[in-house]
Amino acid sequence: MIEARGLARTFTGKHGTVEAVRGVDLSVAPGEIVGFLGPNGAGKTTTLRMLTTLLAPTAGTATVAGHDLRADPGEVRRRIGYVAQGGGTDPSIPAGEELDLQARLYGVDGRAERIAKLCARLELEGLQERPCAALSGGQRRRLDIALGLVHRPPLLFLDEPTTGLDPQSRGNLWEHIRSMRAEDGTTVFLTTHYLDEADALCDRLLIIDQGRIVAAGTPAELKRRVAGDVVTLELADPAGAAPAREALSRHPSVREAVVAAGVVRLTVEDGERQLMGLVRALDSAGVELASLNLARPTLDDVFLTVTGRSLRDAA
Amino acid sequence: MSLGRTAADTRLVFGRYLRQTLRSKVAVVFGAVQPLLYLVLFGPLLSRLVDVRGFGAGNAWQVFVPGVLIQLGLFGAGFVGFGLIGDLRSGVVERMRVTPVSRTALLLGRVLRDTAVVAFQAVMLVAVGLALGLRAPAGGIAVGLLFVVSLSVAVASLSYVLAMATRSEDAFAPLLSAVTLPLMLLSGILLPMSLAPGWLDVVSRCTPFRYVVDATRAAFLGDYATAAVAEGALVAAVLLVVSVWLGARRFRAENA
Ligand SMILES: Nc1ncnc2c1ncn2[C@@H]1O[C@H](COP(=O)(O)OP(=O)(O)OP(=O)(O)O)[C@@H](O)[C@H]1O
Ligand SMILES: [Mg+2]
Repeated sequence: MIEARGLARTFTGKHGTVEAVRGVDLSVAPGEIVGFLGPNGAGKTTTLRMLTTLLAPTAGTATVAGHDLRADPGEVRRRIGYVAQGGGTDPSIPAGEELDLQARLYGVDGRAERIAKLCARLELEGLQERPCAALSGGQRRRLDIALGLVHRPPLLFLDEPTTGLDPQSRGNLWEHIRSMRAEDGTTVFLTTHYLDEADALCDRLLIIDQGRIVAAGTPAELKRRVAGDVVTLELADPAGAAPAREALSRHPSVREAVVAAGVVRLTVEDGERQLMGLVRALDSAGVELASLNLARPTLDDVFLTVTGRSLRDAA
Repeated sequence: MSLGRTAADTRLVFGRYLRQTLRSKVAVVFGAVQPLLYLVLFGPLLSRLVDVRGFGAGNAWQVFVPGVLIQLGLFGAGFVGFGLIGDLRSGVVERMRVTPVSRTALLLGRVLRDTAVVAFQAVMLVAVGLALGLRAPAGGIAVGLLFVVSLSVAVASLSYVLAMATRSEDAFAPLLSAVTLPLMLLSGILLPMSLAPGWLDVVSRCTPFRYVVDATRAAFLGDYATAAVAEGALVAAVLLVVSVWLGARRFRAENA
């Protein structure tokens, strides 16, 4: 559905040049829900604006929804929906009018029905007469999303769609996105800062940092690959720290062992299976345990490892 | 992009912005009243000046109303770029540009709305002028209105080009006055350039609106078959074509 090679964008302005995106390759298959993760300024929005024909890439090529981005932007536009990070409604215009115009611009058949259904789905009923300025932040966000969906695009780009939504609305939107995929086979490419969202909603994640994709995979793969499990051992006697560390460092599954104040913190591959072996190794070294805890890595750990300090230290 | 599609999209965009204008009561009332203020508060001064040498033939209103008409086109349409900057900021422009809508229609729909507003004000202006003592042939008035309409199409397009290029009120506003103020003064809108010293007259002849103003005045006097009208028509036509072309080019640019 999306096939991009070497996509890059440099901004040149009064304050110097910014290499916002530096050669992004990505492939998204039909029906996939792909999440685009990265810290502020990583280049997510810039990439999306290029893929949606709003911004000309300074380098690279892309095929979006079956058409070449540069040669055939009109055909691309017909097949995609885009919800911008900052929305796109006029404060003075009633929500219903914005929806109606959007449907007309896309040439949607059965406008009124489609809009009514969408409003019901996104909890916008009864708000259509109100000017956009008189909607709450979350209501306006849901209106932005409705505007992007009005023509049932086969490919949907969402730039931080759930920022500013309450937990219930976020849940509703996730459900709606999943049902669009189930019913119409909609492909979704979304950016998010919410790791639970990436985890719960996305089939696959791309992590971008400083304009480059630094990691890609399913949420589970990423967690497994990048972080490892964390095992925390509290020792019955702080004096046992040295022998404990000694015994554990030799264990093949342990990547890293840190000791502090009678607590040993281990980074372990496949922690669940290795736990017994670790305990046995401590036992034979004569170290007694007060408590034992195993934590699976979250995407938070992935995010930090890939985009945070450790990554830049390595570079 | 087919012509039919562009026309249909232009109608949609025009409808949106016209409704937006009509929704704002203040804009409607003030828009109608503003040109009348010129007639009521400034016009009477001129009737005293008629006898000054070089003021021109005809009664004072025949000189003054055409000037205010062209000024309406210049300022009414000149400021429309502010609206576009607002839309750039709110994301409305990107939202529309991501749809398959014709880029040219995004320009033309707006420009037509702006022109409709100016045309409405121009008709009001002439009507009140007639009530206050303006005497001019119907044909001359029609030609004058035609000039105002084509001028506002051109000026609105240029205003959008400038707004797209600057993208912020802070940069757009000073640039706009830097361009429109000298052009207005040099066009002889307020007082006819026939009163000007030689050098000023020469400078004035280097600016486009001078010709349009002279042509409109000639039309109001009923002198249709004159060089002034022909020159004015030519300048207005060239201005119209060049401005719309520039505007369309800007709106079609990939990074507009
Ligand atoms: N129009 C522009 N002109 C100059 N620089 C820009 C422009 N747009 C973006 N940038 C810069 O490009 C970089 C990437 O910005 P981008 O908006 O793509 O980040 P992002 O990943 O979407 O961040 P966020 O999570 O904050 O939305 C940033 O350094 C930003 O300052
Ligand atoms: Mg962004």
